[in-house]
Amino acid sequence: MEPIQQIRSRTVVLPFTNIDTDQIIPARFLRTTTRVGLGKQLFADWRYGADGALKPEFALNRPEATGCAVLVAGRNFGCGSSREHAPWALLDYGIRAVISTEIADIFRSNSLKNGLVPIEVDELTSRWLLEHPGAEVTIDVASATLRLPDGSAVEFPLEAFVRYCLLNGTDQLGFLLSREREISAYELAARA
Amino acid sequence: MALSRAACAASGVGNVKTMFQKLWEQHEVVAETPDTPAVLYIDRHLIHEVTSPQAFTVLRERGLKVRRPDRTLATIDHSSPTRSDQIFGGVPIAIESAAKQIAQLQRNCAEFGVELFDLKSDQRGIVHIIGPEFGFTLPGQTIVCGDSHTSTHGAFGALAFGIGTTEVGHVLASQCLLQRRPRTFAINVPGALSQGVTAKDLILSIIGEIGIGGGTGYVLEYRGAAIRSLGMEERMTVCNMSIEAGARAGMIAPDEITYSYLKTRPRAPKGDAWERALTHWRTLASDPGATYDREISIDSSRLEPMITYGTNPGMVVAVSGFIPERRNDPVFDKALAYMGLTAGAPIGGQPVNVVFIGSCTNGRLSDLRSAAQLLRGHHIARGVRALVVPGSQQVKKAAEAEGLDRIFIDAGAEWRESGCSMCLGMNGDTVASGEYSISTSNRNFEGRQGPGARTLLASPMTAAASAVRGRVTDPREFLNG
Ligand code: SF4
Repeated sequence: MEPIQQIRSRTVVLPFTNIDTDQIIPARFLRTTTRVGLGKQLFADWRYGADGALKPEFALNRPEATGCAVLVAGRNFGCGSSREHAPWALLDYGIRAVISTEIADIFRSNSLKNGLVPIEVDELTSRWLLEHPGAEVTIDVASATLRLPDGSAVEFPLEAFVRYCLLNGTDQLGFLLSREREISAYELAARA
Repeated sequence: MALSRAACAASGVGNVKTMFQKLWEQHEVVAETPDTPAVLYIDRHLIHEVTSPQAFTVLRERGLKVRRPDRTLATIDHSSPTRSDQIFGGVPIAIESAAKQIAQLQRNCAEFGVELFDLKSDQRGIVHIIGPEFGFTLPGQTIVCGDSHTSTHGAFGALAFGIGTTEVGHVLASQCLLQRRPRTFAINVPGALSQGVTAKDLILSIIGEIGIGGGTGYVLEYRGAAIRSLGMEERMTVCNMSIEAGARAGMIAPDEITYSYLKTRPRAPKGDAWERALTHWRTLASDPGATYDREISIDSSRLEPMITYGTNPGMVVAVSGFIPERRNDPVFDKALAYMGLTAGAPIGGQPVNVVFIGSCTNGRLSDLRSAAQLLRGHHIARGVRALVVPGSQQVKKAAEAEGLDRIFIDAGAEWRESGCSMCLGMNGDTVASGEYSISTSNRNFEGRQGPGARTLLASPMTAAASAVRGRVTDPREFLNG
């Protein structure tokens, strides 16, 4: 995972609540054994028509969405299945942060493991962002703040440990393996 | 999701603890601090072909082994065919990418020494059905799987939750996970369910009540007389759909019903080990007076057979009810437009094209029995396609021993080999665009059963009754007459 300090981008908006991981990447694209190249299939059933052509009216397909790295969505983003293919597809497409008032647990956890920043904001901020697609925002990981175009800064929850991992590109497996002594002791004590 | 020590102490006075607290504390290898999450020991790890290949790749890249193959069990379910000839008859698996994924799991398990219930094994089945059935799932354990419906195993008084593929790698390599302690949420269901009202109707009502994000950050504990009166298979149906309310885990305290289900299972402890386990399991239930971060009660006497009408499991009404009306709600309008349904209209009588009976929610023997009970002596309506897919090969065998397969086939339904099948349509068992499917599975998201498919979630009884009439039907019409 690459270290992340700041993300500066215009936003692309999907003004729907409860966007589930089956929308982010439908199940028929999960028959893969690698994690690469899933960006093509991101939001496949919303992005493409039955004939495989891009739907011009879908937010991600509009010309102004090109290059946007921050996705703004309604409440409870990423609910449903535990497929890590969802953050893989978003990242492969070029999305680096997701903003909502509420982000589902497993999706959040999966995102953090891959360097996709999940940002939960209050109702007012969310409403403003939903109503202003293309707003230029800056996300600062060290201070866990989202800076809006008017210069105001909104803090978002990002606990110390995951903040450290994002800033340093640390992968958590190394941290777990460094606990080998405690794990062995636990197994012995539990005669597990 | 994090809760401070002080708040935890406040929610459990002295030594009075919830079942969740007990399990959490018993599995802390390293306790959490404000700066670091807990290192939590994992007793059981279930894997399947879809969410594990990239995790094995990481092990290979780093030269790591599976730390505890004895605590790991693999099966093939999501992309497996359900046609007998593709499993037993030497006919190639129709979807090449599915065949590749299955072959990759077979190679990974062989190379890393992980036990696999392979394609032809009579132990194979949906991961959340084989765990309990094999006695791999036990009370008091932490259980994970790269699958959100791992919450199912909480029916045994286990702390069971779904994880992503990176975490699958963590557990394979270290048998541990980094976790923050979630909050607790008690769902009390006093009383009893009335005739025609099943565990599926109960959990759909609960999701309708708390909303599909209502459980986010919580572990649910289902309590009360109505829960205690459920058999193990029904308890699994309830815990299975905890994730549909946003909760990663749902739990039910173990009791005599749990122990008698487990006693004869192949992997359950035997002899003295069984007695010792039993002594431990009897200490697991929440202590009297334990408090939860949130608590609600559901009036069980008012529950009815339920069905979804929208594109998430919280969009649910009584089968005898009406699709609600909402003003100025574009997301609601979008859902109804996708479903082709009208606000204010009754849901009963809506024509259906496909009926799917199966999945980790309702693919166990008791589910097949309750569907068969309604179908016996009837034929499904003209033009309706019904697919019955047992949750495991063991379920299939048991159903055939009782002659349930004959009832389904005589009624005009297809009887298949086990797997996830039409629950998510990965293996080619799909619903066509625009068609209405009554499904006993757990998700009615747009496109879940195939692009453009319109899914109505219901119990096996409601699905069977609707198959006979060819339209959404209250199963009590059959039970009463
Ligand atoms: S039956 Fe459906 S919900 Fe259950 S594990 Fe399979 S795909 Fe997931």
